[in-house]
Amino acid sequence: MGRFFVKRVLMACMTVLLVAVVTFFLMNAIPGNPWLSEKTPPQATIDALNAKYGLDQPLPVQLAKYLGNVLRGDFGVSIKMMKNYPVRNIILEMFPVSARIGIIALIWAVLAGIPLGCLAAYHRGKAADSILRVVSTLGVATPQFVIAVVFMVLFTMGGVFPILPNTFDLANWQSYLLPCFALGLYPMCYTARQTRSSMLDALGQDYIRTARAKGLPVGRIIFKHALRNALIPVITYLGPLTAFVLSGGFVVEKVFSVPGLGRYFTQSILNRDYPVIMGTTIFLATFIIVMNLVVDILYRVVDPRIDIAKGGN
Amino acid sequence: MMSAEHMKKYPIGNLQPDVESLLAWNEVAPADFELASAEEKKNFIAQRESVSYWADAWRRLKKNRVAMVALGVLGLLLLFAFAGPFFIPYAYDETSKTAGNLYYYHYTLEEQAAIEEAMEAAKSAGRRDASQKSIARELGISAKPFGYSVQELERIAAGEAVFPHILGTDTLGRDILVRVMVGTRMSMVIGVCAALIVLLIGATYGAVSGYAGGRVDTVMMRIVELIYSIPEILVVLLLVTSLKPIIDDYLLYHPETGIAKFIAVIGPSILSIFIAFGLMYWVSMSRIIRGQVLQLKQQEYITAARALGASGGRIIRRHLLPNCIGQIVVTTCLQIPSAIFLESFLSFLGLGVSAPLTSLGSMASDALNGIYTYTYRLLVPAVVLSVMILSFNLFGDGLRDALDPRLKK
Repeated sequence: MGRFFVKRVLMACMTVLLVAVVTFFLMNAIPGNPWLSEKTPPQATIDALNAKYGLDQPLPVQLAKYLGNVLRGDFGVSIKMMKNYPVRNIILEMFPVSARIGIIALIWAVLAGIPLGCLAAYHRGKAADSILRVVSTLGVATPQFVIAVVFMVLFTMGGVFPILPNTFDLANWQSYLLPCFALGLYPMCYTARQTRSSMLDALGQDYIRTARAKGLPVGRIIFKHALRNALIPVITYLGPLTAFVLSGGFVVEKVFSVPGLGRYFTQSILNRDYPVIMGTTIFLATFIIVMNLVVDILYRVVDPRIDIAKGGN
Repeated sequence: MMSAEHMKKYPIGNLQPDVESLLAWNEVAPADFELASAEEKKNFIAQRESVSYWADAWRRLKKNRVAMVALGVLGLLLLFAFAGPFFIPYAYDETSKTAGNLYYYHYTLEEQAAIEEAMEAAKSAGRRDASQKSIARELGISAKPFGYSVQELERIAAGEAVFPHILGTDTLGRDILVRVMVGTRMSMVIGVCAALIVLLIGATYGAVSGYAGGRVDTVMMRIVELIYSIPEILVVLLLVTSLKPIIDDYLLYHPETGIAKFIAVIGPSILSIFIAFGLMYWVSMSRIIRGQVLQLKQQEYITAARALGASGGRIIRRHLLPNCIGQIVVTTCLQIPSAIFLESFLSFLGLGVSAPLTSLGSMASDALNGIYTYTYRLLVPAVVLSVMILSFNLFGDGLRDALDPRLKK
């Protein structure tokens, strides 16, 4: 367990470092400089700006300095969209909005997905199972931006059923409904499908037959005996689902104009605001990698039968 | 069937051998037998004919109705995307100042005049909700299919034949149907090419890693693990963002080299998508191929090839990879929809295929302006995109079941 833990943490650190280094070199390979605008400033001004932001030093020095700063949580300042505003503050202000929507989406996805998966597994091959299969197959094939835009056209002001506001307001709970629903739909289908298959595995076990032979009620067998074991693999999806919800956030936040980090990130990409792009990429990547790490370790703790260190996968 | 008497003599669990049912065979008279007809003999021999791997897979695939429907839909989409534009006299980048913002329906010139008049009356009466559609409904005028601009209707009235804008036009007057066709073609080409790139890198890497084994394998798989744990969407976004200006810059300063001409053909933004996809998505392919190679290299024919002095490269090319062909085909086929997905995601965020070229994702992104009025501009590319991804997925699943029945759930 100790060895596995150390190995896994080291691997995660390596990955974060790799992402940071790749980010740094890519951003430096981009031709042109951030000071170019409609009228090019005089060379003296450019030199002064380069000196101010440390862009006149050799690359390895810049990299080392950058990595040191990143470790201290300092991602530099924005140079385009919010001039001279620290990237860290941008992340700290905008990430909570994205996180809130992401967490609500994940919660509804898991809360709806698990019972639906159980239902489909219990009624295997019947109508409920087929409906779930069709819905989840369609859900997997439809890009998230389509789902988001269709829901927007259906339910916001000016649309088919104008019941929800079409400007996002942090204080109004109604404006959270659509983004969270659109963001959570795919994770919901995914959870339901995975729960169904692990539930089918669990229902075929001998102890379920024993419980049935003892005459226990069906609900008790499913929720107490089968679901407890079927839920262990659900933990493993939380890692990839976090990554999915974060990247899906880019699209959903763009469609619903949510003032979150995802929308800001895509805007900064289009505006070529390098420090923001670098800082956000490293921050989000670290977040996802840490989530995967936590999930892996949690899985190991919950189910000691799995020995990941020995190559069991 | 066993009679009741027989059951009495030999109850279940009896250890006596049941000779009577064997002896019963002696009672079969020669007249009970019948000579096989010539056709039956022919069938018997035909059934024994050897069946190749692909013929066998195709036979299994044909039985899978879902996969065959998906294949049919893919064929139709292929026709739609590649042959379709030849039947429509508009180019995908042909703009028109007079035929902008057309719907997929039209009113005749007289009806338009009547609607215009009624609208003026409604406006002066203080009605704010009066739109072209609602007034037309009040007047009992039903729209005719296909979009025509006023000028085009006048030309028709003058006796000229004008090809309709079947799905209307966008803000710049470009025909939406042709754009959807070209966009579908773009998405398909990008999907297939990206999958082939992944195949090339992943299969080579996986086969070398699996065949070499030992320390080389360990190091190579560590690298795979490292790349596998990188959140790929973020890095792909980053790569596409930063590669495009780098490529543009290269084109600007080296316009005459062969590479530049090659890039100019496929376009910087598409090239950067290919590079990003090739760099990030080959890992799962390489893992699958490595697993297969690890199994296969224990087989006797590999030992025989080695004993005959075949080089490692030859063994991989001639013996190992051809024997993983099932896995390779299935994985490549399932890679196509994920590449199409990624391309549409990037295009939607404004990073993918850029104007004047188009793809389904960028059409959906363009449709966001005026989405409430022109919803069909999003729906048409979105439906085509979803149907295409769904068909590729279902066909890939069917192919997997057909090529390797053991994998079937």
